[in-house]
Amino acid sequence: MSFVSIEKITKVFPGGVRALDELDLEIKDGEFFALLGPSGCGKTTLLRTLGGLESSTSGTISFEGKDVTFLTPGARNIAMVFQDYALYPHMNVLENISYPLKVRKFSKEEINKRVTQASEALSIQMLLDRKPGQISGGQQQRVAVARAMACTPSLYLFDEPLSNLDARLRLEARTFLKQLQRELGVTTILVTHDQSEALALADRMAVMDKGRIKQVGSPAEFFHKPANIFVASFIGSTPMNLLDGLVNDGKVVIGSMTFDIPEHASTARTGDQVVFGVRPEYVSLVSGPGSGIASGVVKVTENLGTHYLVTADCNGILVRGTAPDGSEPAMGDTVHLKPEPGRSLLYNKTSEDLY
Amino acid sequence: MRLFGKQIQLQDKRRIDERTKVEKVSTLAFVLLAVSFFAIPLMWLVLAPFDSDPTFRIKWPNWGLGNFSEMAENPYAYRSLMNSAIFSAGSGLAVILVGAPASYVLSRIKFAGRDAFLYILLLFSSIVTGSAAMVPLFLLSLRLNLIDTYQGVVLVLTGGLIPAAIFILKDFTDSIPKSYEESAQIFGASSFRILKDVVTPIIRPGLAVIFVWSFVQAWGNFLAPFILIRDINKQPAAVMMYSFYNDGGQAVFRTVAAFSLIYTIPVLAMYFYVNKKYGFRFYGGIKG
Repeated sequence: MSFVSIEKITKVFPGGVRALDELDLEIKDGEFFALLGPSGCGKTTLLRTLGGLESSTSGTISFEGKDVTFLTPGARNIAMVFQDYALYPHMNVLENISYPLKVRKFSKEEINKRVTQASEALSIQMLLDRKPGQISGGQQQRVAVARAMACTPSLYLFDEPLSNLDARLRLEARTFLKQLQRELGVTTILVTHDQSEALALADRMAVMDKGRIKQVGSPAEFFHKPANIFVASFIGSTPMNLLDGLVNDGKVVIGSMTFDIPEHASTARTGDQVVFGVRPEYVSLVSGPGSGIASGVVKVTENLGTHYLVTADCNGILVRGTAPDGSEPAMGDTVHLKPEPGRSLLYNKTSEDLY
Repeated sequence: MRLFGKQIQLQDKRRIDERTKVEKVSTLAFVLLAVSFFAIPLMWLVLAPFDSDPTFRIKWPNWGLGNFSEMAENPYAYRSLMNSAIFSAGSGLAVILVGAPASYVLSRIKFAGRDAFLYILLLFSSIVTGSAAMVPLFLLSLRLNLIDTYQGVVLVLTGGLIPAAIFILKDFTDSIPKSYEESAQIFGASSFRILKDVVTPIIRPGLAVIFVWSFVQAWGNFLAPFILIRDINKQPAAVMMYSFYNDGGQAVFRTVAAFSLIYTIPVLAMYFYVNKKYGFRFYGGIKG
């Protein structure tokens, strides 16, 4: 069952910037959904439109089948955690958490009960009488989440809640957020520009570019089957090999190299302009040259911990592969790189989509 | 040659020493002059009220509190201080009540020419309470039956103070992240509640500064009440100060001295209070 459904949402800012362009999206009940994209792609605008902080130019948004497009933010029963946490500096932690409950006119006992519950869940009981300025960034983030939690909303909106934390704390907070979301089971939408955050947290995610959604799916789908060249180049900790080529007689010809056409691309015809894509993680070093193998001279090797990322110059075309730690080639060595069968992808050069 | 060179160096050094000495002495003299320029009137202000026979001169007083009791005998002296308090507090409140919402709107809503609007407003504000506008202001007050009323003077003073107040308060409001208000909005708070619970407490130091600043400006303003108030019972201290003459047309120094000291105390007290509580500053810069 879909919880949030967005139909043909368009947002044009005064001045003509099209932040959202006839965007459709369905988010399921209880799902942790991540919106990912480069800055300026419209992901934050989409989140703010869901929250009611921006009004859409056209289109409809509904929560649980109920049209909320024109509802005020307060009437949508949502909670939002902002990038800067938006904790009020003149209120202490207790007052900050109970403020939304006071606004919603809960009884004193109910407020106390909820504040205790939320602060215990986030282990911030000992901070209740401190001011936001007197606690660390990680603690501020927990207070912000506690404040959102105490409202028991039917939808959480997270606007880059982890980006203001330092790297170590971010990993901890990430695990924590995921665990919390599982326990609460409330639909959550997270906006982030950090793909590792999206891949780690989300049940499903969407990549956006220029106000449109480029792909929706599970993190695994994004990693293994990026739907178009944009997503392929955007997702992945190491840049994907994307090689321009031509289909000829059941093979993909790239310069002097030939590769088999990937299984999924049965519709590719001789003469098609294509982009052959394969992740460096699925390109390994083999002992000798041959068909379906790229041979070249090592230009750079980069240590990735357990593996080395090897960049080789194959007659002017750069191909990246990985070699296990300990068996990495030296610079200037001649290497033979073989994409793993079944892991390569073929994109149509003109439509930029996967075959 | 070497020796000769050394001599020249020594001479140079001596010359530089002399030059710096002259510089130091002249700087000191200038500073002393500047200090005495401000200090001497202040010394008169502190000493003369306690002198049983004050004059224009600054001298070691014949100590006594007679001046204050003599001032108390003048029926208008204390009354005028009360009037000053009414004018000043009224202007301070009016400036806050009108200026704070206005600055909030100007901070949050962008429109073409907003900054130009603010600067023009600021420019005109110096005209409203300046002498150039006094004739039209007098005529306006006359038509509106505001001559000899507290409201009339408060309105004129407020009009002159509001642009600068908006300008400063807008800076305070600008420093509040928009996310504060947006999160409150999502929690379901009304605009009025957001203003009351979130915005006002954060800009409170700014409001205090602006209130005291307006109070002090109104307290020291002479021209507006001088022109708009005819009734001696409604005249403020700044105007009353010029009426302490005897029948022969000579200044009554004993009253003037005591009155001057009392006149300065509220302003000083307010400054110290606000400075202690919030620190005097003309910017927001609140960090979460």
